[in-house]
Amino acid sequence: MKPAPFDYVRCDSLDEAAQVIEQNGDAARILAGGQSLMPMLNMRLAQPAVLVDIMPATDARQITVDKAVLHVGAGVRQADLLAWPGLGAAAPLLARSLPWVGHTQTRARGTICGSIAHADPSSELPLTLAALGGTVILRRGNKRRKVAAADFFMGMMLTDKADDEVIEAVEFPQMPAGTGTGFREVGRRKGDFAIVACAALISNDRVRLAIGGVNDTPVLHDWDTLDPSDEAEALNALAWSLDARADLHASARYRRDLVRNLGATALKEARQCAA
Amino acid sequence: MRRLNADQRHTVTLTLNGQLVEGQATPRMLLSDFLRHELAATGTHVGCEHGVCGACTLRIDGSMARSCLTLAVQVDGAVVDTVEGLAPAPDRLSVLQESFRKNHALQCGFCTAGILMSLDTLLRDTPDVNEDQIRDVLSGHLCRCTGYQAILNAALEAAETISKETKDA
Repeated sequence: MKPAPFDYVRCDSLDEAAQVIEQNGDAARILAGGQSLMPMLNMRLAQPAVLVDIMPATDARQITVDKAVLHVGAGVRQADLLAWPGLGAAAPLLARSLPWVGHTQTRARGTICGSIAHADPSSELPLTLAALGGTVILRRGNKRRKVAAADFFMGMMLTDKADDEVIEAVEFPQMPAGTGTGFREVGRRKGDFAIVACAALISNDRVRLAIGGVNDTPVLHDWDTLDPSDEAEALNALAWSLDARADLHASARYRRDLVRNLGATALKEARQCAA
Repeated sequence: MRRLNADQRHTVTLTLNGQLVEGQATPRMLLSDFLRHELAATGTHVGCEHGVCGACTLRIDGSMARSCLTLAVQVDGAVVDTVEGLAPAPDRLSVLQESFRKNHALQCGFCTAGILMSLDTLLRDTPDVNEDQIRDVLSGHLCRCTGYQAILNAALEAAETISKETKDA
């Protein structure tokens, strides 16, 4: 398995990359950490004419935080964010889900934004961004637009990003103080794609469960309150409402069962840390 | 910005196991193939070629990396370490390698080059490493014949030896 030929453009800034992408449109692809795109190239599922490498772009490696959001630039590697001391305080749900993203070896190069651009239905980062109601900042040349995660993920590996746009950054909103978070997943091997992943958020006025790996995009379900005695029934109804399908990795029935069980443990974890 | 044409071979200069080396690569050439076919450094093994098996793992600028998910042109100017660089001398094994031999942590040896590079990096970066951390890093590798327990034992023993050596030093 070898990639088909392409021109390689090494960009020292995101400005340069945005310019090259704008000029080349669907003939070009951004190479950030390469942990999703390189397998696609090797298997020739992607055959861009131009590959735009932003790994040397130092201006894309900013992690900043304010009262409202955690802002993660296009070049921030998963390992960088995991090692960033402010992560637990700024985005506790992300601190729980990020260790599940790939392996130490792939997190060392894989980027946060790259995983979100790839939009694999069973990937943890799109799920986390959707659960938190985050935002993707897209850039065409020097024009920027912000897209809510709910609108960004449109289907299996399908996003609202146009061919001549680049993801400049993503923003994970800060949760109200006292929000409890939980994250659970099951995969064939630790670090592999999840068969099902569940993220839970519990605040004073809302209980949210976000589910990845079942539908083509992350699914969010909110309850105003969820009494533990009603939980099993609610999770069962939720499991049946999803579009669970059988494939090579799991049967539809097993997926529904994972939603019920992982949903319960994620909610339990969130409830414990909210209390 | 630097643009490299798809059809041409471009010079790639890197520091490989402490030596400055140079080779030619088209943009699409994977680092794993560049090492093996262009630089004749065949210690790095090629398994699945899509980042799953871990056989081709090496170090780029100090961090673990899948060489099958890296382009040769991306390491121009970088420092790359492979399994060939682990032994301190031709007739001496590193502590980790010696521990692999002692614990029978390799059988066919195909996955070993990658596993050694991951564990060497982990032990180097984490002086007080624990079993959970070793298991977590080992999850990035597939071994089909030795069995992981022997590998885990070797890594734990090597970690202990290194920590003792550091204390005694």
